[in-house]
Amino acid sequence: MSDDHVYLSLTEAGPGPEGEARWAYGTGFADPLLGVDAAAPKGIDPADLAAYCLMLGDDVLVLSQRLIQWITRAPELEEEVALANLGLDLLGQARRLLTRAGQLDGSGRGEDELAYWREESAYRNVRLVELENGDFAQCVVRLLLFATAREELYRRLVGHADPVLSAVAALGVKELAYHREYASSWAVRLGDGTEESHRRMRAALDALWPWLEELFTPHEVELRLGVDPLQLREPVLASLEQVLAEATLPVPDLPGRAYVNGRAGRHGVHTEAMGPLLAELQVVARAHPGATW
Amino acid sequence: MEAQAQVQARFDAAVAAEQRVEPRDWMPEAYRATLVRQIAQHAHSEIIGMQPEGNWLTRAPSLRRKAILLAKAQDEAGHGLYLYAAAETLGVDRAELTEKLVDGRQKYSSIFNYPTLTFADVGVIGWLVDGAAICNQVPLCRCSYGPYARAMVRICKEESFHQRQGYELLMTMTAGTDAQRAMVQDAVDRWWWPSLMMFGPPDGASPNSERSMAWRIKRHSNDELRQRFVDMTVPQAEHLGVLLPDPELAWNAERGSWDFGEPDWSELQQVIKGHGPCNAQRIERRRAAHEGGAWVREAASAYAAKRAAEEASGERSSG
Repeated sequence: MSDDHVYLSLTEAGPGPEGEARWAYGTGFADPLLGVDAAAPKGIDPADLAAYCLMLGDDVLVLSQRLIQWITRAPELEEEVALANLGLDLLGQARRLLTRAGQLDGSGRGEDELAYWREESAYRNVRLVELENGDFAQCVVRLLLFATAREELYRRLVGHADPVLSAVAALGVKELAYHREYASSWAVRLGDGTEESHRRMRAALDALWPWLEELFTPHEVELRLGVDPLQLREPVLASLEQVLAEATLPVPDLPGRAYVNGRAGRHGVHTEAMGPLLAELQVVARAHPGATW
Repeated sequence: MEAQAQVQARFDAAVAAEQRVEPRDWMPEAYRATLVRQIAQHAHSEIIGMQPEGNWLTRAPSLRRKAILLAKAQDEAGHGLYLYAAAETLGVDRAELTEKLVDGRQKYSSIFNYPTLTFADVGVIGWLVDGAAICNQVPLCRCSYGPYARAMVRICKEESFHQRQGYELLMTMTAGTDAQRAMVQDAVDRWWWPSLMMFGPPDGASPNSERSMAWRIKRHSNDELRQRFVDMTVPQAEHLGVLLPDPELAWNAERGSWDFGEPDWSELQQVIKGHGPCNAQRIERRRAAHEGGAWVREAASAYAAKRAAEEASGERSSG
C-alpha cells in the first residue's frame, strides 16, 4: 500500500465490500460488533436487553444528529472541532448499541435498518436530546445535563453482564467524562462571562432543566433489568449543582415536563421536534430502499 | 542599503538552495505578503469547504457514511486551524483574516461555490476535488516557508484519506442500483470541469506564478498540475465505469498523456467574481456563524480577564 501516494494506493486497492478500498480512517468499521456472541447473557431476557440497548442507542444517535447540525455554525473553529468530536463519539456508541439491539431482538435488523427505517413512535430516546438546537448556551446546557447523567450511568454499566453494554460503557465513561468537562468549562465561562452570556445561560437552563427528570424516570424494562435510573438522580444533581455554583448560575426550581397519558420518549411519545429530525436523517436512505452505501 | 542588499542576497541563496525560511528569518515583504494571501486563502477554503459536504451530514444514508463524513468535517476544521496558525507566524491574526473573509476582501477556492445536489456529490468531491487539491498541495510540503510546509505534510496525509473514502463511496454506489449509478454520473458531469479549474488559469494567464516559482512556494505550473491530474483520473474513471464529460479526451501516445478540452474559463471568471451559484450563501453562513458566535467569544474573554485579574490581586495580597 503506497500511503504516501494516494493515486497509487487507490488503484492498488481492490473494489468490493471486502476489498482494501473499504478501508476508512478510524470511523470505518463496517460491522460494529464483529466477533461478539449474539446471544444474551444467561438470566437476561433478550427482548428486554434489546429494548434497553435501543433506548440508550437512540439517545446518543439523536443527540449526535443535533450536534451535527452545529457543524459550520459553531461560534469558533475550536468548537467546530470539539462538537464534531463529541458527535462522533456518540454516533460510535449508537452504532454499537443499535447493532446489539438488532442482534438481540431476533429481527436481524442492522444498525442502518434501525436508524433509517423505524417510525418516530418506535424511537425510544428521551425527549431532551431531540429538542431543537437553539443557541450555543442551549447546546452547552443540553450537553452538560446529558453528559453528566450518561457518564454516571455508564459508570454503573461497566461491569454489566452483557459484553456490548459493558464495552460501550467502558469506553463511554471516558468519552462522556470529556463531554461533561467540555460542557462544564463552557457553562462556567458563559455563566460567569458577560451579562449577555449569563442571561442566555439562565434562559437555556430554564428551557432544558424541565426535561432532565425524564432521564431519571424508570421504564419497566429498566426496572426488570435492574438498572433503575432513579439511582442516578442524586449524584447527577449534586454534580450539576457544583458546576452551576461555579458558573454563578442558580439551580432552576422547575417541575419536570409532564408525560402524555403516562408515556414519553422511552415509550415512543416524542415532541414536535422529533418528526423533522427523523425526516432529515432518513430521507436519502428511504428514497433508495435496498441500496448499499 | 548595502545591508539590505546583503540580506536579500542571503535569502535568495538560501531559498535557491532549498533551505527553509522560518518565522524569525528576514524575508522580503512581497514574499511575506504572498504567503499570507496564499495561506489565508487556503485556510478559508478548508473552512468554507466544510459547507458543501456538511450539507449532507444530517442526511447521510448510512451511519458509517455519516461517521466518515463527520470525521472529514472535523479534519477540515482542524486543517483550517493549522493553516491559520501558520499564517499567524507571519504577523497576522486569525480574527483579522476571518473578518477579511466575511467582508469579501480575501478569497477561498471557487470550487466551493458550486452546490452539492445529491449524496453522490460527497463521493465525487472526495475523488475529484480532494484529488485535485492533493495534486496542488503535495508540492507545498516542500514549500520554502517552514510552518506552511509542515502544516501541509499533515494536511496532505489526511486529504489522502478523504480521497480514498470518496472514491470508495463511489465504488460502492456504482456497484449498487441503477439510481445510484445515475447519481454518480450526474455528479461527475457537474464536478469535472470545476475540478479542472481548481488548478488556476492557463500558464499564459497566471500573473503571479513565475515569482512564486522562484521563491519555491510553487513548484509546478498550473498546466503541468492539471495534466497530471487528468492523467491520474482517467484510468480511475474507467475503473469506476463513469464517463468524464469531455468529448476531446483522447490518449496521445506521442506525449504519453491524455489530451483534453478547454474548460469554460468565462464561467469560472463569473464564479471568481462572486457570481457563482453559492458564493453569497457560503459567505452568509460563515458570517452568521462568526457574528452569531460573537457573544460566546466575548464571554470567554471576559471570563479569562476576570480570572487573570483575580490571580493578579491574589499575588499582590499574598506577596
